[in-house]
Amino acid sequence: MQIVDLYDFKSTYREDMAVKGYVFGSGEKTACIIGPSRGNEYQQLYICSQLVKKLTELEKGGVIATDKQIMVIPSVNFYGFNLAKDFFGVKNLDINAYFPGNNYGEPISRLTGGLFEKIKEYTYAIQFTSFYERAECVPHVRMTETGYQNVSLANLFGLPYVVVKKPVPTDTATLNYNMQTEENCAFNIYTKAKEQLDDACTKNAISAVLRFLTRMGIIKYECHSGYISHVLKEEDLTDVYAGRAGLFKPVVKCGEYVRYGEKMAEILDTFDGSVREEIAASTDGIVFFAHNTPLINQYETAFRMVHRLHE
Amino acid sequence: MKETVFEYELPVGEKLRIYRNRIMPCSEINSPGRISIVSGTHGDELEGQYICYEVARRIALEPENLMGIVDIYPALNPFGIDMASKNNPLFNLDMNRTFPGSADGNLIERVASGVVESILGSDLCLDIHASDIFVREIPQVRLSEEFAANLIQFAKLTNADMIWTNATATVHESTLAHSLNVLGVPTMVIEMGQGHQINKPYGDQIVDGIFNIMCELGMWVGTRPRTQLPAMSSDGSVEFIRSEKAGIFIPLKEHNHFVKAGEVIGELLDPFAGEKIMDIVSASSGLLFTQRIYPVVSEGDLLARILTGAF
Repeated sequence: MQIVDLYDFKSTYREDMAVKGYVFGSGEKTACIIGPSRGNEYQQLYICSQLVKKLTELEKGGVIATDKQIMVIPSVNFYGFNLAKDFFGVKNLDINAYFPGNNYGEPISRLTGGLFEKIKEYTYAIQFTSFYERAECVPHVRMTETGYQNVSLANLFGLPYVVVKKPVPTDTATLNYNMQTEENCAFNIYTKAKEQLDDACTKNAISAVLRFLTRMGIIKYECHSGYISHVLKEEDLTDVYAGRAGLFKPVVKCGEYVRYGEKMAEILDTFDGSVREEIAASTDGIVFFAHNTPLINQYETAFRMVHRLHE
Repeated sequence: MKETVFEYELPVGEKLRIYRNRIMPCSEINSPGRISIVSGTHGDELEGQYICYEVARRIALEPENLMGIVDIYPALNPFGIDMASKNNPLFNLDMNRTFPGSADGNLIERVASGVVESILGSDLCLDIHASDIFVREIPQVRLSEEFAANLIQFAKLTNADMIWTNATATVHESTLAHSLNVLGVPTMVIEMGQGHQINKPYGDQIVDGIFNIMCELGMWVGTRPRTQLPAMSSDGSVEFIRSEKAGIFIPLKEHNHFVKAGEVIGELLDPFAGEKIMDIVSASSGLLFTQRIYPVVSEGDLLARILTGAF
């Protein structure tokens, strides 16, 4: 394993944010695994650190194919992590909204530009990201529909779902979108947790990456075949909104099957404890996404369901 | 008349309401014109607060001269203003990347849609922004090339110091101004001053422009303010001066003054060593219309913009 410098962000009084890549194998630059860009994606940081540990062991065992190189970037925003801030720098900007970047503009654009030049040398970009919402979700591979998205390859992670999302204007500045428009393959992996460290979720994510690398002939590693992914379009998910605000008490969890009309959650009055609303399933299906903090606003997304999909 | 544009329930004993002040003519008018003055999309940009106040105050002094409808929206992002935060503080989302929204979408989409729906039907909309806390701007109209032909006639009436026409980035298609222009409401963005501050002379200057526009639209029959014709510029006539190193920036030229090519406009200092890191030199002659205010800079931070060429 080699540690390489990718970009040095210089600060007046803090130590430089020296973004590093952990490189395994040598030769053709095949897969780049990119860790969290937000400083609250602790689970994603944990996954990438464990992936570095695992790949270090595997490299010693000689499982990386000849002339194949893998790089893991455990974090591109440790300034954010060290201050418990989601976003980057004094301007509070989302790094994953400033790709492809450049080498002449704002500090954040120089950071993303510097990283993008290195990442795009790899054929496959696998990024660990999360939703801005306070929620958990079923593990899945997500990709923006650019015309270059490759669903067949996304299936090779063996996660339960692959979701294809039609881009909105803000998506055009993400790493996933820009890697695809450079005609590389880009996959975002969403895991259940974000702000907690979850060992089961971590093992699942690492297995998914190793499965993909094995199936692409980058490593030789025996692992479980995983799922034949169910491919979804983002717009086919059924949203269930909170009709009232209050204390959010879910009675179903991500991944569970619910029937039409079944109670999914209660929203309680925060002062007198009375039930303001019982959220009922608007369709039969699997719970794909669930709000996971104790308070909820009116109209906030409480759940997203895979319509009429059975266990 | 105080009207609620959109409201939603918050979890603990509160509602979030976005208001507008609708000022109607004293007498009945057939098909009155309508102008919307919008501010506070970014909660740290407060220049619009004074403009909203001053427009309402001047109309109240001579209500008989109002021949159209004036809708004033001082705070599209009340949480942001309350917390001195550019973004929505709960979701850390830039509201000006969420338009046009959706009436049956999630909370963020519904808020955006509610705002857009309420402005539709206006003959003109002015979206008043300030700069951030890092740089100071002269009063200027920002137009995207896509809509400039339609808007330039109004922009010339604003009494701003300059009109800056630039290319539309894809991510800007989710701004309020872009969305309204697409939906048929001519909308201009006015940028001025700096974040967290109110520059009263700048505010008075733009308020004069707003009454000038209202006179032109037949909505105001009081005295027409004396106004100036703004300087015209495009991307090609603006020099960006960015810091090439981290340090402390000290400006040596006054904002809104002319500088010559080769002139030192500021210094970058290293307080620790007591050394000057470098002089900041303008490559072009022109008007120093953007000036760094916040002294701490990183590599790539904007220090100044110079309006070059004939104007």
